[in-house]
Amino acid sequence: MHPAPSVIIFTALSGLGFGMMVFLGLGFLDVSGWVAFVFVAVAYALSGGGLLSSLFHLGHPERFVKALRQWRSSWLSREGILSIVTMAVFGIYAVMWIFTDVRNPALGSLAAALAVVTIYSTSMIYAQMKSVPRWHSPMTSVLYLLYGFAGGALLTAQVTLAGWLMLALAVVQVVTWVQGDGAFAKTGSDMGTATGLGFLGKVRLLEKPHSGTNYLMSEMIHVIGRKHIMKLRIIALTLGSLIPAVLLLALPSGHVLGLVVIMIHLVGLFAQRWLFFAEAEHVVGLYYGQR
Amino acid sequence: MTTLPQSTEKKLGLVIDLDTCVGCHACVISCKEWNTSNYGAPLSDMDAYGAEPVGTFLNRVHTFEVKQENKPAQVTHFPKSCLHCEDAPCVTVCPTGASYKRVEDGIVLVNESDCIGCGLCAWSCPYGAREMDAAEGVMKKCTLCVDRIYNENIPEEDRVPSCVRTCPAGARHFGDFADPESNVSILTAERGGMELMPEQGTKPVNRYLPPRPKTDIEQIDILAPLLTRQPEETGGFLGWLDRTLEKL
Amino acid sequence: MTMHNQPQLDTSPKVSDEIRHTTCYMCACRCGINVHLREGKVAYIEGNKDHPVNQGVLCAKGSAGIMQHYAPSRLRAPMKRVGERGEGKFEEVSWDEAFDIATGWLKPIREKAPEKLAFFTGRDQSQSFTSWWAQAFGTPNYAAHGGFCSVNMAAGGIYTMGGAFWEFGAPDWEHTKLFMLFGVAEDHDSNPIKIGLGKLKKRGAKVIGVNPIRSGYNAIADEWVGITPGTDGLFILSMIHELLKSGNVDLDYLIRYTNMPFLVNQDQNSDEHGLFIRDSDGKEQVWDRVKNEPVAWDAKGVKPAMKGSYKVNGVSCTPSFMLLADKYLADEYTPEAVADRVGISADRIKGIAAELARVAFGEQIILDRPWTDMRGEKHEQMIGRPVSFHAMRGISAHSNGFQTARALHTLQIMLGSVEVPGGFRFKPSYPKPVSAHPKPHHKVTPGKPLDGPHLGYPRGPEDLALDSNGKAKRIDKAFTWENPLSAHGLMHMVISNAHAGDPYKIDTLFMYMANMSWNSSMNTTGVMDMLTDKDENGDYVIPHIIYSDAYSSEMVAFSDLIFPDTTYLERHDCISLLDRPICEPDAIADSIRWPVVEPDRDVRGFQTALIQLGAKLGLPGFVNDDGTDKFEDYADYIVSHERRPGVGPLAGFRGEDGKGKGRGEPNPNQIQAYIDNGGFWIDHIPEEASYFKPWNMDYQNYAVERGLYDVVQPYVFDVYQETLQKFRLAAEGKGDIQPPEHLREQVRASMDPLPIWYEPFEQTLVDNVEYPHHALTQRPMAMYHSWGTQNAWLRQIHGHNPLYVPTDIWEANGFKDGDWAKVSSIHGAITVPVALMEALNSNTVWTWNAIGKRKGAWALQDDAPETTKGFLLNHLIHELLPSKGDGQRWANSDPVTGQAAWFDLRVKIEKTATPPNLQSEPNIAPQESPVGRGPKNVEYGKVWS
Repeated sequence: MHPAPSVIIFTALSGLGFGMMVFLGLGFLDVSGWVAFVFVAVAYALSGGGLLSSLFHLGHPERFVKALRQWRSSWLSREGILSIVTMAVFGIYAVMWIFTDVRNPALGSLAAALAVVTIYSTSMIYAQMKSVPRWHSPMTSVLYLLYGFAGGALLTAQVTLAGWLMLALAVVQVVTWVQGDGAFAKTGSDMGTATGLGFLGKVRLLEKPHSGTNYLMSEMIHVIGRKHIMKLRIIALTLGSLIPAVLLLALPSGHVLGLVVIMIHLVGLFAQRWLFFAEAEHVVGLYYGQR
Repeated sequence: MTTLPQSTEKKLGLVIDLDTCVGCHACVISCKEWNTSNYGAPLSDMDAYGAEPVGTFLNRVHTFEVKQENKPAQVTHFPKSCLHCEDAPCVTVCPTGASYKRVEDGIVLVNESDCIGCGLCAWSCPYGAREMDAAEGVMKKCTLCVDRIYNENIPEEDRVPSCVRTCPAGARHFGDFADPESNVSILTAERGGMELMPEQGTKPVNRYLPPRPKTDIEQIDILAPLLTRQPEETGGFLGWLDRTLEKL
Repeated sequence: MTMHNQPQLDTSPKVSDEIRHTTCYMCACRCGINVHLREGKVAYIEGNKDHPVNQGVLCAKGSAGIMQHYAPSRLRAPMKRVGERGEGKFEEVSWDEAFDIATGWLKPIREKAPEKLAFFTGRDQSQSFTSWWAQAFGTPNYAAHGGFCSVNMAAGGIYTMGGAFWEFGAPDWEHTKLFMLFGVAEDHDSNPIKIGLGKLKKRGAKVIGVNPIRSGYNAIADEWVGITPGTDGLFILSMIHELLKSGNVDLDYLIRYTNMPFLVNQDQNSDEHGLFIRDSDGKEQVWDRVKNEPVAWDAKGVKPAMKGSYKVNGVSCTPSFMLLADKYLADEYTPEAVADRVGISADRIKGIAAELARVAFGEQIILDRPWTDMRGEKHEQMIGRPVSFHAMRGISAHSNGFQTARALHTLQIMLGSVEVPGGFRFKPSYPKPVSAHPKPHHKVTPGKPLDGPHLGYPRGPEDLALDSNGKAKRIDKAFTWENPLSAHGLMHMVISNAHAGDPYKIDTLFMYMANMSWNSSMNTTGVMDMLTDKDENGDYVIPHIIYSDAYSSEMVAFSDLIFPDTTYLERHDCISLLDRPICEPDAIADSIRWPVVEPDRDVRGFQTALIQLGAKLGLPGFVNDDGTDKFEDYADYIVSHERRPGVGPLAGFRGEDGKGKGRGEPNPNQIQAYIDNGGFWIDHIPEEASYFKPWNMDYQNYAVERGLYDVVQPYVFDVYQETLQKFRLAAEGKGDIQPPEHLREQVRASMDPLPIWYEPFEQTLVDNVEYPHHALTQRPMAMYHSWGTQNAWLRQIHGHNPLYVPTDIWEANGFKDGDWAKVSSIHGAITVPVALMEALNSNTVWTWNAIGKRKGAWALQDDAPETTKGFLLNHLIHELLPSKGDGQRWANSDPVTGQAAWFDLRVKIEKTATPPNLQSEPNIAPQESPVGRGPKNVEYGKVWS
C-alpha cells in the first residue's frame, strides 16, 4: 500500500492523542490547572491533528460530515463518530478538571473507554481489509492499541508503566511482523486464483493493461526491497519500543529524558507506520505480477 | 445505508470469455468514452500528453502468460472490471453510504455526490475494480452502464453495457445470473464459468469462461491419422490420379 | 437489517441530440460509425449495427476517435517552412499563398518534365481520385503505400486466383470448420476478422495460428505453430507434398476451375518453353483424355488429362498439374527435409496436413443452392470444403513473400477451398482476373496527361516501365527488372532514389498521410539525412517537399509546404468500388464520410485541396472549357465524376431518381441519400450467385449489371503462372526485352511459374552466427502507427514498447526485469528496454510497431514515454541489402513485387547498463512543434456532467 503521509500522520498522532486520553481519563498524572491544560492540549493537538491530517487523504474533505452516517457498517464511520464523541466527553472531563480541579471518575472512565474503542476502530479500518492479508488480523488491533497505550503512558509521564508497555509492544510488534510475513500465503490467493488460470500452469504477467501507471498501482502496489524493510524494521523496533523501554525502565526519570524518549519513540513510530503501509501487499498486486 | 441487501431481485453481470478475447482493448476505450460523459463525473486523464499519463478507466485488459513445465506457454488476455459481488466489501466499508448495491439488479454503484473520496472501498476490493478520479476526487467504478441498460432513449437491442455492445469478438456477455435460463447462466454452466479469487469470499457475480485446451500444449490426439502415401503397388500418386479421374 | 436508502437514478438520460452516421478512419478497416453529438460536440462514437463491415462493433481505435478529433496535434492552417528542414519551424499562411507556392513549383514542372513531380499518397483511401489527379498532371511517379505494406499479398493473390486476402476476401465464417491463420494479421480487416473469430469460437470450429509470436489472434488459436520467420512457404509446400502424396487434392476442382489441365510447352529450346500451348484463336489447350486430342480448355464436355506427355503440333507438352506434382512430390519437400528450417517437427507438419485433408474432404458441406457455371453446366448443389485461411503482412513482408503468398493460395486451391462454402470467399470487386486489371502506364508527355493509370499488373517484360536504354522510368523503379510486378509502386524507395538521383533527379516530392521521415521508412535516420541533405550550392538535394497531414507528425517537420488536412469527422470521402470498397462476400457496398462536425480551423480535406490545386494548374478534367473550376470540392467530384459512362465513385442511389444500382447518371442528391441510408449503400448478391463467383454465371451477370465489370469474364485460377514464366524466359536469354546481366539470375530464380521457397535475402548475406536472431514488429490492435500515438486514451495503453525476448535468449544474456539491451543489425544499433515473453519462437525477438516518437512531434511533451523509452525497430532495417561487392544497390525487397522486406531482419543482442535517464537510442534531436503542446490534463465530457 502507498505509505501516504496523511494516513501515517493520522494513525500515529491520533493513536498517541487518544492514548493520552486513556490515561488522563483514568486519573493518571496528578496535575492541575495550567499543567493539566497543557497535557489536555497536547492530547487534543495529537488526536485532532491526526484527524485533520486524515482529511488530506480525502478527495472531498468538505463532505467529511457525510462520513459519520454509516456507523452500522463502516469502521471508518465509527472511527469518526467515536473520535468526536471521545473528544467531546473528554472535553467535558477536561474542562471540569482544568477549571474546577474536579476529575470526575465516571466521566473520565467513559472518556478513557471511548478512547480505547476509538483506537480500536482506527485499527479496524485496516484490520477489516481481507484484501490486505498483512492487516487482516487481530494483531493489527493489538498493535494499534499497544502503540496508543505505550505512547499515551509515555506522554502522560507514566514512566514505569510506559516502560513495560513498550516492552510488550516490542514483543507484539515482532509477533505481528512474523505473522504478517506469512499472511499473504495463508489466504491462498495467488496469480492462479486471481485470474482463474492456475489450472493451466504457472501464471505470469506479460503486459500490464496500460504501459504507464494507474491509481491502483500507485495506491496499492508499493514495492520495497528486503534490505530496506529489515533496516526500517530495526529502526521501528529499537526506536519505537526497545530503546524507550530500556531508557524508561533503567534510567532515572526526568523531563529531559522524557522528551528524548518521546522523540525516539516518535521516530520509531513513524518508521513503523510507514512500514505498516509500505509492507502491506494488496491482493490486487496479483493482477500486476506482484508475487 | 451501506449494508448490503440480503438478496437482489436480479443479479446482473458479465460473462467474459477468455477463450475468445483477443486483447484488442475495444471494451476499455468504449467504456471510457461512454462513461466520461455519462453517469457521474468525467473520467479524467492527468498529464494526458506528458511523461506519465494516468487516466481513470473502469475496465482494463491485462495480458498473462501461462506455462507448464516443458510445454509451450500460452497467452491469455484478461479484461477486468467490477464483478458486482454479492458480498461486496466495497459497500460495507463506505463511511458515507455513497457505495451501495442496488436491490433491484445487484449493480454496485457509487453515489458520487456523497463520496468523500476516502479510497477505502478501493482498498477493500481484491480485484482493483475501483479507481479514484484524480481530478474529481470521487471514486469511479463500472456501473454496468446503468444509464444504458434501462435507457428508453436507446434502441432496445443496444440496452447493454457499452463494452458488450462494442466487443468485436463477442467475448463479453451481459445478463441476469439470477435467471438460470439466461444467456449468462447457460454459458457459465456449459463452459465452467469461473469466479475470481473465491477465497476472498466476495461472491463475485461476473464469471470468466476459461480458455479451451490448446492442442499444441495438451498433446490432444489429432483426430485424423497421418496421411498415408498412395501405395506403390497401385501406382502411387499416378495410380491415384488415374483412379480418381475415372470417377469424375 | 436496515432498509436500503438507494438514491433515485435517472436510468433513461438523454444520450445525445443527434446521431450522424459516417465511416471510421482510425485505421484502414472503414467501419461504419454512429457519431453522437451533444451541443455540437462529439459525445460518443459507436459501431453502426447495419453496417456490413463491423455490424455494430467497434475497436479501441474507433472508440478513441473523440480524442483524435480533438487532438492538440491538429494542424491549424497552411504553413510554409521558415527554418531548416527537420527543425519544425513554420509560419502559417493563407490557402491562397499556399496554392501560389505550390503552383509556382508545379506549373513549370508540368510544362517541361512532369516526371519531376513524385506524388505518393500513403494511407490514402481515395486512390482512384489521387491517381486520376496524377495522371492528369502527367507524372509517372504516383503510388500509395502498398509497396511497403503488403503488395506481396495483393499481387500473389491476384496473379494466382484473381483476388487476395487483405480486406479483399474473407473466410466463410458461417460455415468454415478449420481456420488457419498465417502471420501477424491484426491490422487489416480487423473488426471483421475479430467478428469472424468470435463466430468460430461460438461454433467450436478450430483455429490454427502460425506465427512466431503467440499474441492477439494467435493467443486464442486452439493450436499455435511457432514457426521460424520467413519459412511459411516451405511449411506450406511441405503440406502440399503430403496432400499430393496421399491423394488428398480436389482433382475435380483443379480440372474445372484452374489451369492445372493446361498443356505446357516442354521444349527446352523453344522461345515458348514453359508457356501454355494455344490454338489459332489463342485459346489455351488441354488434352482430352477421351478424344485423345488437344482441345480448347473451355470446350463443352471436355475431359482433360492431368498427366502424361503429349505432342501438339510437334511440340512436346504436359499438363501443368504434372509439373506441379513433380515439383512438390520431390524429396526436398518432405516434412523431414524441411522440419529443421521451419522449426516445426515433421510429425506436426504431417498432422496439420492430415487435419486439413480430413476437414476438407471428410467434412465437406453441401448447400442446396442450384447454380450454373461458365460452361453452361447446371449444378444442383454447392459443395464446400470447410477449411479456410488468412494471412497478411506476416508472410508478405519477407523477400520471399510473393511466392509464399502464392504457395498459400496454391494450398487453398489444392484443397478446393476457394469460393466454396466453408472456404475462402472473395469480396467484390473481386474476383477479378489479371486480364481485367490495367497494365502499368508511364508514357510522359510534357504538358499532357499520362497515357493511362500508373499502376497495374504487367503481363510480360513488354509491360515494364523502362525506357529504350533499359533505364527505370519511375522514380521508385517500380516495374523494372529489380521488381517486375511491383503493382503498388515502391513508396519506400522514393526518397532514397530521389536523393541518389537514381534513375533521375526530381524537383518536388508531394506526399499525403505517410510518415516517411519516421515509422513508415526503413533506415529512419538515413532518410532524415536524405531529406535534409544539401548539394554543393547549398540547395536541398530534394528541392521541394509538399506534404498534407491533419496532425503535427514527424514528416511535417521535413516539409517545405503543408496543406493541413481535416480530421476524418470533418471531411467528405468515398470508399469507392473504383478503389477499395467495403464489400462483403455476400454484398457489394460502398460508403462515404461527410462532415459530421465542421472544422473550426483553417483546414481543408486533402482531396478538396487537390481539386483546387488541380484547377489552378489547369489540369484536364479539373477545369471547364471556359477555364472555370470543374468541381467545387471533393463532394462535388464524388457526385458528378464519371469514370465510365454511368459509373462513378459511388455506386448507390445513382440516376435522376436515385434508384440506380451500380450504374446510372450522376445524382446531385446522392450524398444526402447516403447520409439518409446510414452513410453507406449495400446491395446483396443473389443466393445462387454467392459462391463459385469466378465461374458462376449468375454472379458474372450480376457483376456486369452493377457495373463491376463491363462484360462477363469467367476465368480459371493461375496456379501455374505464365506471366512469371515469361519473365523467366527473358532471364534465360529469350525474347527482345531481357534483364541486365546482374539481374538475370535473380529474375530467373524468383519468377518461377510455380510457387517456390527460398531463404530470405538478408540472412543469406549476413553472418548468421554474428546475427543469430530474427526481429519482428507487430501492430498493436489498439494503435495504428502514426495515426494514433498522440491519442490521449490510446497512448496510455501503448505509451512505450519493450523488446520482447524469448526464454532462451533471456537466460543466455542473464536478463532481468527492467534490463536494457543493445540490439544490432548489420546496418545499425539501438538501445532499448527488454521484457521476457515465453510464448515466442525461441530465436525471435519482437516489439510493437511505431510506438516510438520524435521529441516535439504530435504535440506531446518532450519527456513523453514515446520519445524516451519508446523506440523504432526501423533504425535497424535498411532499404538496401548489405553490399554484395558488385557495385550494385540491391533493394531489401521482394524481387518480384518490390515489397519492403521488413521481417527479414537479423539481429544480435547484448545486455547493456540501464541508461540512467531511461532514454532509448538513437535519441533524435527534437523538432519544434508548430501547434504547441497538448494540455496538461483532460476531462472530456465535463461540460455535460
